[in-house]
Formats: sequence, C-alpha cells, structure tokens
Amino acid sequence: MSTIFEQPRVEAPANYLNVDYGWKSWLFTTDHKRIALLYLFSITAFFMVGGAFAVAMRINLASPRGVFSADTYNKLFTMHGIIMVFFFLVPSIPAVLGNFLIPIMIGARDLAFPRINLLSWYIYIVGGIFALWAAFDGGVDTGWTFYAPYSTTYSNTHVILTAMGVFVAGFSSILTGLNFIVTIHKMRAPGMTWMRLPLFVWAHYATALIQVLGTPVIAITLVLLALERILHAGIFDPAVGGDPILFQHLFWFYSHPAVYIMILPGMGVMSELVTCFSRKGIFGYSFVAFSSIAIAVVGFFVWGHHLFVAGQSMYAGTVFSLLSFIVAVPSAIKVFNWTATMYRGSISFDTPMLYAFGFIGLFTIGGLTGLILATMALDVHLTDTYFVIAHFHYVMVGGMVMAYLGGIHFWFPKITGRMYPELWAKFAALVVFVGFNLTFFPQFLLGYLGMPRRYYSYPEEFQVLHVMSSAGASILGVGYVIPLIYLAWAWRKGPRAPQNPWDAKGLEWEKAPSPPPTFNFDTLPIVTEPAYNYSGEPEKEEPLAGEQRGDRHA
Amino acid sequence: MTRHIVPVRTYVSVYAVLIALTATTVAVSRIDLGEFNFIVAMTIAVIKAVLVIMFFMHVREASALTKLFAGAGFFWMAILIVFTLSDYLSRGWLPLGQWWR
Repeated sequence: MSTIFEQPRVEAPANYLNVDYGWKSWLFTTDHKRIALLYLFSITAFFMVGGAFAVAMRINLASPRGVFSADTYNKLFTMHGIIMVFFFLVPSIPAVLGNFLIPIMIGARDLAFPRINLLSWYIYIVGGIFALWAAFDGGVDTGWTFYAPYSTTYSNTHVILTAMGVFVAGFSSILTGLNFIVTIHKMRAPGMTWMRLPLFVWAHYATALIQVLGTPVIAITLVLLALERILHAGIFDPAVGGDPILFQHLFWFYSHPAVYIMILPGMGVMSELVTCFSRKGIFGYSFVAFSSIAIAVVGFFVWGHHLFVAGQSMYAGTVFSLLSFIVAVPSAIKVFNWTATMYRGSISFDTPMLYAFGFIGLFTIGGLTGLILATMALDVHLTDTYFVIAHFHYVMVGGMVMAYLGGIHFWFPKITGRMYPELWAKFAALVVFVGFNLTFFPQFLLGYLGMPRRYYSYPEEFQVLHVMSSAGASILGVGYVIPLIYLAWAWRKGPRAPQNPWDAKGLEWEKAPSPPPTFNFDTLPIVTEPAYNYSGEPEKEEPLAGEQRGDRHA
Repeated sequence: MTRHIVPVRTYVSVYAVLIALTATTVAVSRIDLGEFNFIVAMTIAVIKAVLVIMFFMHVREASALTKLFAGAGFFWMAILIVFTLSDYLSRGWLPLGQWWR
C-alpha cells in the first residue's frame, strides 16, 4: 500500500485574473483592468506589424539603389506610419496603463462607463481590421498624412479603406477620452482632491481633452477626403475648385495635438517613475500638473508650423512659429522639474528608472530639435528631410516608447502579480537605448546634409550614415524582442510580487493587492495625504479663500 | 442626481420654431440681399443650433461644468476657423515675391 503525499494546495486570493478563465469572461468583460489587457495584447500585435514595415524600410535603405521598387517603398513607409501612429502610439499608454490605473489611482471601482470602455476596444479592433485589410490587399501609398491632391485624385491604392480604418479608430479614442474625463471628475475617492491627484491622472486628463476636442476634426476631414475621391466634391482638389492647403490645415489641427496625445501620457508615467525611484515628492506639483493642461491647450495653436513651405501666408507662418516656441515652455517645465526632483534624491537604478533617464535625455533632444524646425528660415532647409524624421522619432520612440516600456515594467507586478527578471530587464533597457540612438542620430546628420524623407534610393555618399541607421534598427529590434520574451515568461513563472515591491506611494500600491480584485479595493480608500508623500510630512495647510484657519481646525 | 422634467409642450414649440426657421431660410434664399445673403442664412442657422443644444440636448438645465464643456467645443471650433482664416485672409500681405527681385 502506498501513500501519496500531495503538496498542500494554497488557493491564490481572488483577483481580476483568476476570477474566471472562459473566453467570454474576456471578450464581454467590463472590468477596466481586463480591457486594459485586451488593449495591451492588441496594440503589441500592431506594434509588431508596424515594426515589420520599419524593418523592411531599413533593409531597403541599407543600399543606395534600394531593394524594393519605389512603389513598394512608398507603401512600406505609409503603412508603418499609419499603424504606428493611429494603432499603437495614440492608444498605447492611455488605453493600456490609463485604463488599468486611473480608476485605481483615484480610488474608484471602475471607469464611469465600463460598457463604453469595452465598446472602445471593439471599435479599435474594427478600425484596425480595415487598416490591416488595406495593408495586406495591396497597401496604400499616400504617406500617413494622406495629403491632397495626391490622395484625392492620383493615388490608385486603398486610400478610402485605410482612411475608414483611421476614422473608425478615432471613435475609440474619443470614447476613451470621454470616459477618463467623466471618471476623473466624478469618481474620485473621499479626500482625493484635484491637487492630490497623481500626475499620471493629470496627464491623462489633459490627453483626454485633446482626444475629445481634436479627434472629430480628423474624422470629418477623412470623410471629406473620401467625398472628394468618390464624388469630386471640390473641397481639396484644385482641379475642381478645391484647395489642397485646406486639407493640411484640417489634418494638422488634429494631428499636431495628436502628438501631445502620444507624449502627455508618457510624461505622466515619468512623474510616477522619477518620484518613486528618487524617494522624493515631485518638485513643483502644481507646475507639472498645469503644464499638462497648458500643453493640451497651446498644442492646438501651433499646427501651422507643418505648413511653412506649403503655401501658407508669411503672416500665418510667423504667428504659428512664435506660438510653437511657446508650447516648448510647459514641456521644459516638466523636464526641469523631474531633474529638480532627482536632485538630492535617493536614486535607485531599477529598470523603470533606466527608461526614465532615457526618456529625459532623448525627449530633450527631440524637443529642442523641434525648436529648430519651428524656426521658419531653418525649416525651409529642413522640411521633408530626415532631420524631421529623426526629430519626431526622438519624441515618439525616444520619449513615448521609453515611457511606455518604463511604465510596463513599473506596473508589471501590479498587473500580473509577478516580478520580472531584473538583470535581463536592465540589459534590454540598455540595448534599446543604444539601438535607438544608433538608428536615429545618424538621421539628424542625413537630414541636415539634405537627404529627403520618403525616398527609396539616395546618392552613395549617404550610405555610411544609412547603414549605421539600419544597423541600429536591428539592435533596437533585439531590444524590443528581449522584454517580449522575459515578460511573457515572468507572467507565468516569475516570482510572486508583493503588494508594493517598489515601496511606492499611491493608492494602486498602498491599498490594492497585486493583482487587484475585480473591484480594485476590499474597502473604499480614504485619502489623507498629498501625492508622492515620500518624506511622510503632513500636507502644507493652505487656507482656502474666505475660510478662517481656526474654523478648519475646530 | 435630480433631473428636470421638460414638458412636452416645450419640445413641440421648439420643433415648431425650428420648422419655421427652416421655412424662413428657404424663403429668404429666393430674395437677393446682396452681402446679407450669407449673414442672414448663418444667423438663422446659429439660432437653430442654439435651440437644439439648449432644449433638445438639455444644456439649458445642465450643470455649469456641462455648460463649460459644451462651450469648449465651440471655442475649439473657433480656434480652427480663426487660425485657418489667419492664413487665407493674410495671403499677399507681405509681398515676398518682390523681395527676391
């Protein structure tokens, strides 16, 4: 007779992941955390598709005569841009980290409209299917900007199908933004005043304003584009009385603020990372908070800097140039305040902080080269060169993707309840940083020397810099694949994460288990201290207008 | 949350006014008012839009915050129009072409 010894089975406490495993529990979920994961997996898929187009471009550009035909190359950069901008960058941090964290950070059980939240994911997927359908059924070659009259009159590729995809995905963005605005206004826990909100929430509030106010304009612009293409309505096509510059005005009215949709959430992540790994409260809370709002508002006044050489009037160009300088101020405030936060802080070099360091350096380069481009005389030389490409990749990839990866690592223990392998993660962060700079720094030089963007071939004297860039891209690719592997491994096999592995402040760390239960908290949290109170000092009392100090203490 | 109940009579009256204004637009379009053609048509259109927003979309009874957001939508549309016009209306102000010569 044998005895079977069984390990005593310890049931993990119920959380949002183990509460149900059926496919219906995912596809029909209204839990903001599960919807965040739906977004996580889908935008990762789109990132890989968009990345594959980039790989093909860099292979093509390794030799001066190119590998693919000119037409194929036109489609490659167009699909790379469309997928990366509309299906990765715009939804990335808001739809994944924002969806997951905003309700927990403000002490709510879910977003204000959970069903609309799920609807936004389905709409995003429908838009994505349109775009992928177009991509794999011959593609589109207008550039991600769909400029008229090429897009309206001359291109014989899937312009309308792709535009439909972007149009549909726009509604997903609007619904996410609307949900965030209402949630932040209406569902904050007792004691969570506006000035106690984590700066991640402030950044998402500003982002949501842009999503709600700006996205309808791109939607209607793409409808007008389709009308022009099908019915020759005479809006953008000069041959039938339209004006192609009007398309650029309407397109950039959304698409320039959309740059801030992409970077503001990254700035929100940065404020969380810098404070946690410096063990200090943020330097100048209200400045960082309101600089997000300032970026959201002033960001709508600068779009004309994309039209300096397009035929816009000199007067409008001058106004837009000056306003573009002004929008740099709130961004600079943030960079200086993060630096001041780190000053005399007790800094540790965990993986998320490595990405934060990368963000500050690379975003600063991206931002300052933006000022060069906002200067009209210089822009005449630099328009449509690789200098522009390098500039916005320093902001979008060096800034946003760095913040996204930093945020994914920082909140990975909260999302999955597991820790990732720190050594591999640090190694990957280093590879990403080196690969990124090797890819995009040579492009500043190429652009300054006169290499135009969107060309499949180039003179031989540019080859060294192009080969450096392609080599960097292969390193960057490895840098992205490594986290994909170890994070997937850690999700199943990583050591269990405690509730607060970083000893961080914030409701998501202090009050919610890792991973959180379906409704986030066992008891409703009550907030009694300011955000990032790492020193443990009580909040500075600031008497409200018309309020006696004595009354408050009574 | 309290909800103001709007009597059906109000909806019907607003609807009647909207129809009347539409009829006015059509009627006015048959008369040539010169420069005022555009001004009259736009004025009627704006009045109709305001009626729809205030009564059918209930902004009239809404909280100050909702009014602020509704106003923000128009403010943002004004940004779009004003700055786009700042290009169109100022073309030719600076005779750049002659500086080259």
